[in-house]
Amino acid sequence: MNLVTLAFYFFAVLTLAFAAVVVFSRNILHAAFALLFTFFGVASMYVLLQADFLAISQIMIYIGGILILIIFGVILTTNITGVEVKSDKTGRLQLVSAGIATLLLAATLIGVMTTTQWNTAEVPAVDATAEAIGTGMLTRYLLAFETASMLLLIAIVGAAFIARKKPV
Amino acid sequence: MEIGLNHYLVVSALLFTLGLFGVISRKHAIMVLMGLELILNAANINFVAFAKYGGMNMDGQLAAVFVIILAAAEAAVALAILLKIFHHFRHVNIDEVNQMKE
Amino acid sequence: MQSTNFIWDLFGVNLLTVVAVVALPLGFVLIYALVAILAELKISAWIQERLGPMRTGPYGILQPVAEVIKLLQKEDITPDASSKLLYNLAPFIIFSGAYAAFAVIPFSSAFMPANINVGLFYVFAIGSISAMGIVMGGWASSNKYSLMGAMRSVSQLISYEIPAAMAVLSIVVLSSSMNMQEISHAQTGYFWDWYLFGGPGSWTKVFIIPFTITLAIAYFIASLAETNRVPFDIPEGESELVAGFHTEYGGIKFAMFYFAEYANMFVVSAIFTTIFLGGWNSPFGEFLQGPGWGVMWFILKSFSIVFVQIWVRWTLPRFRVDQLMYLGWKVLLPVSFICFFAISLFVMFK
Repeated sequence: MNLVTLAFYFFAVLTLAFAAVVVFSRNILHAAFALLFTFFGVASMYVLLQADFLAISQIMIYIGGILILIIFGVILTTNITGVEVKSDKTGRLQLVSAGIATLLLAATLIGVMTTTQWNTAEVPAVDATAEAIGTGMLTRYLLAFETASMLLLIAIVGAAFIARKKPV
Repeated sequence: MEIGLNHYLVVSALLFTLGLFGVISRKHAIMVLMGLELILNAANINFVAFAKYGGMNMDGQLAAVFVIILAAAEAAVALAILLKIFHHFRHVNIDEVNQMKE
Repeated sequence: MQSTNFIWDLFGVNLLTVVAVVALPLGFVLIYALVAILAELKISAWIQERLGPMRTGPYGILQPVAEVIKLLQKEDITPDASSKLLYNLAPFIIFSGAYAAFAVIPFSSAFMPANINVGLFYVFAIGSISAMGIVMGGWASSNKYSLMGAMRSVSQLISYEIPAAMAVLSIVVLSSSMNMQEISHAQTGYFWDWYLFGGPGSWTKVFIIPFTITLAIAYFIASLAETNRVPFDIPEGESELVAGFHTEYGGIKFAMFYFAEYANMFVVSAIFTTIFLGGWNSPFGEFLQGPGWGVMWFILKSFSIVFVQIWVRWTLPRFRVDQLMYLGWKVLLPVSFICFFAISLFVMFK
């Protein structure tokens, strides 16, 4: 039982617990802030997998960008009159059948994943993942990189256009 | 017990199914979006785990970077559409947004 | 016996190092916050031609102690219609965000809590966690002034993150490393080897000196906006929004917000010192250079930047919200992009 194992179990339980809060909570703002801790747990998983640049990017883009968008969305699409922001309850039959279906899917996935013989290779000690990611983006994945930039530009312009107030 | 590939795969599978349950069973559109983000994060953990245990192949981490970029773009557009739906219907309950023309 | 063996096996002989590395910056933050509160009171008084606190202790030195004791012994009130969990959690998240950035600040060549390869990027990421804490506090107070203050603060923060990040990125391009310790090592030498004056190199660096000085000024202005200081303190505007997002907080929770603001000021000054002013290097070459002297030089330089921040606060009036957004998006962003482009061209043709 060394520190890495302990850290992995702690962060895995943290991530899954807060993900459960996101999915099962009635209060939408509790769900949004539990999502903050879920993203943080996923970033710590990346750190344990020796992907340091990816972990910091995850925190910056997901927490500093997407989560702020989601919270602004929650604030702007509810009536701020002091009423608690709750979500309506789904029908009982739908919930039970959805639960059974997802449990079956989880069992299938975990069964397949743990019984397959994966061809794992030796893990060389890599220190500079930022450099490797940068080199990869500009040599092998250049087309994908440029296309992703164009897509981000189109998404920004499109979102700003859709959400504008029409001049009446 | 040594932490191996299977541990990360199990975590990502559980996160994926939690996100899927969130997408299926919720009625508030932003809850659905949050479940979708959980699904994308689970796939990312999978990518990066295979990148590490496959000889530190950077392809997995690059795929995860592109997934993060696309998730950001998609969240922005989804929230813009949600704002329009709210302006029109005065609620974001996706079960009741089923009319093409009011 | 069993339990102590377990902890020893976990950390090994590094237990003392771990405790020292975590406790030393915490002690520094607390002592620094007290000094900064006193400095702000006294400097604002001298700028305004008055004396400031003079009765608590000789020349008012014990005033911050008195303020902290006053805040600690106040009643802990929680407003009725808010979400109690989020309301109580917000100050801790903000302070954690401000304190976690201390893990990558290079105090000297021998003392740096965590030498990670993406140190500069990490500081920006932790700053965005603080932003989430602000939204949490503003919303959970269920007070429309708090919510407005929180939303304005977050939009100001994310607007000014981009010019700050571009300024930092230009220095990363110049030094080809995001590791704060390596950036400090690269500026060893006299004060004209600092990145403020173009970095170590031959006379050709004269071409980028105007760009680096512009970037330093742009980063300083953006950092004032990041820490919600005047002239960008709309979120705390005393005459507009009662007290912004910390209206409903009192006692020790307000003390945490207060400490977090001063800790943020130091973090931003420390980053400025590391990337532009040479970090823990001495400006006179070999004179007083070394691991021990490095701490003194670093703290001296950071405190002078904190002094400039306090000075600016009591000199300038507050910006309006639209002027603030105009400055961020239409002035600082193009300027920082042009400087980044010029520095990248210089590095390419060097």
